[in-house]
Amino acid sequence: MGMERPTRSQSGGLNRRALIKAAALGVLAAPASQSHAEGLSVAVGYVRWVQPRPTISLLDKPAADDGLAGARLAISDNNTTGQFINQQFALIDVPVRADADGAEAVEILAAQGIALTLTDAPAQTLLAMAAAAATKTMTLFNIAAPDDALRQDSCRSNVIHANPSRAMLTDALAQYLVWKKWTRWVLAYGSHPDDGLLADAYRRSAKRFGARIVKEIEFKDTGGARQTDSGVVQTQQQMPVFTQGLPDYDVLVTADENEVFAGYLPYRTWDARPVVGSAGLRPVSWSSSSEYWGGAQLQDRFVRMAHRRMTPLDMQAWTACRMIGEAASRGGSTDPAKIMQSMKSPDFGIAAYKGQKLTLRDWDWQLRQPILLDDGRSVVSVSPQPGFLHQVTELDTLGFDRPETRCKL
Amino acid sequence: MADRLALFVAALLPLGSAPAAAYMAYVTNERDNSLSAIDLDQMKTVKTVPVGQRPRGITMTRDGSEILICASDDDTIQIVDPKTLQVVGDLPSGPDPETFALHVSGNPLYVSNENDNLVTVIDVPTRKMIVQIPTGVEPEGMAVSPDGRTIVNTSETTNMAHFFDVATRKLVASVLVGARPRIAEFRHDGSEIWVSSELGGMVTVIDPDKHEVTHKIPFSVQGLRGEAIQPVGIRFTADDSTAFVALGPANRVAVIDTKTYTVKKYLLVGQRVWQMAFTPDGKYLLTTNGLSNDVSVIDVASLGVVKSIPVGRLPWGIVVAPK
Repeated sequence: MGMERPTRSQSGGLNRRALIKAAALGVLAAPASQSHAEGLSVAVGYVRWVQPRPTISLLDKPAADDGLAGARLAISDNNTTGQFINQQFALIDVPVRADADGAEAVEILAAQGIALTLTDAPAQTLLAMAAAAATKTMTLFNIAAPDDALRQDSCRSNVIHANPSRAMLTDALAQYLVWKKWTRWVLAYGSHPDDGLLADAYRRSAKRFGARIVKEIEFKDTGGARQTDSGVVQTQQQMPVFTQGLPDYDVLVTADENEVFAGYLPYRTWDARPVVGSAGLRPVSWSSSSEYWGGAQLQDRFVRMAHRRMTPLDMQAWTACRMIGEAASRGGSTDPAKIMQSMKSPDFGIAAYKGQKLTLRDWDWQLRQPILLDDGRSVVSVSPQPGFLHQVTELDTLGFDRPETRCKL
Repeated sequence: MADRLALFVAALLPLGSAPAAAYMAYVTNERDNSLSAIDLDQMKTVKTVPVGQRPRGITMTRDGSEILICASDDDTIQIVDPKTLQVVGDLPSGPDPETFALHVSGNPLYVSNENDNLVTVIDVPTRKMIVQIPTGVEPEGMAVSPDGRTIVNTSETTNMAHFFDVATRKLVASVLVGARPRIAEFRHDGSEIWVSSELGGMVTVIDPDKHEVTHKIPFSVQGLRGEAIQPVGIRFTADDSTAFVALGPANRVAVIDTKTYTVKKYLLVGQRVWQMAFTPDGKYLLTTNGLSNDVSVIDVASLGVVKSIPVGRLPWGIVVAPK
């Protein structure tokens, strides 16, 4: 690693032992007990993953409060609404390091009577938490793990997915590429297990929407630093070589969730071809440049509060937290069981600055949502694309639809 | 003989070629930072002038002497002289004003500040801010009850209609409505207030005395998916018998029988129809169509769309006044 990210890992991070200690000392219990006294308040847990994540671009380094700030803004929005109907919302932040057991965090939150928890954690940790949460009648809101398995064979009835799945993201990009008639793809994927899953999602999307993968190439992660002082010489030579000798193709689709190589590909490919996927044109739940459908107001509110721009993780946390607030105001209750009942009713929907109401799929508790296609400067397009029709809602052309589901709730 | 003929012609004129009084419509073009003036005798845009940045809400003072425009990105309300179309002054609106409503007496002006969760109250003659009242997240629609005692403000993210007492400026009640409420409009007789929900896809009818929801009006257009129906503007005919609701990207205006709360007809207009205004004689209803950059003219008696008039880019608000 060329550089550490001290803020997140040092100031916020707690390992397993520290977590237990903090709970024993009552550090975490304070806000929750305060909220219990009010009687009409909802305490929302936030399990925050504090593992450092290297990025190719300095501009993409996550802030220490990435995600958390989105949840904070939603809590504030919920409270503005809540003041009119005597409802209050509070956020209980529980930082968790990669070596910590997710179930432990659930125990600590449950001990404080918290029954609704946002989770910024990878799939394996989320499943461990879901098992622990099931015994505590706690509902988890996945805001970070994109795994399709969590919506398929490994789905859980106590996990709501506020973030889009890999299949939803790749379908959104595929629809645009097909609309653009860029249907001959080269698929470049990384050597991490996540990259393999993302590559699978692209293969599925290509088949689904009529694109053709003419060649697949793997980029092996041999380790080493992303940021070094050696300049651009190496990547300038490596990337053309990596992409030479390919059959004729329209677009280079990249699957690189760990930021190992995709960010180096634009302008460095052997042939002059656009790069999409993990770099170039990216399918995302939010772009800090989106100002449509009232988005300008949300961006302004966020920047004023957090003093930085709003990321997809911030948006996913904001959405999950607003779903809780919306279900509380619609259902007229701060009881977590009633909140979940209201959220799972067929007429529930949430407005999230994407031009239409977002609703829950009742077969896997995935939030339906339009996906933005972002080039890093502006929103190029929003999927579903016109012409991809569906008998229920066009949003169900993204991801695993009801007839395809293997989820048994 | 000549005299008699002249008399005859003069008598005919008001009924014949010279149409229903002489009206002008003024349209804010959000994208172009401009104001278009439409001569309704000629049914065309006769002048377009630059105004402040991101002009949205527009209204006219009771005496017709001033046009008021929310210049959202300039954090101000501009005063435009309708005779010259020159900006002649400003009102201290607070940040990011989007829409506003004048009190029935002509003063004060109630402004929603979308970014700050505030309603700003302005004394128009002295051009001074009187007070700012906290409200829900992303305040949008403003309405004043015909008896002048109540103002209603909708908040897009809180999803409520907030009722404030004019005398005390205190919040009296908040009523939960469908998702992303945009416009609140009182019937002329004051017996109901209707609130459009852009993402809820419906209109909520509220009893303004009891603060209770009495009806919910859904919309459905054959061949259109529900998500495309996004109600915004609401207008009642002078006798309150008919309501018109602009349905945004459904590109239609719904005509509603206010006795039965049912849709009688959907009128196809331009793209992304948001705001509407009647001519003072009630003969025509004009709509701003944001994505087709034009204004549709609806003949109210025949319920036909008779004309579309090109204006600037992203037309947002509209007001009609005698020349």
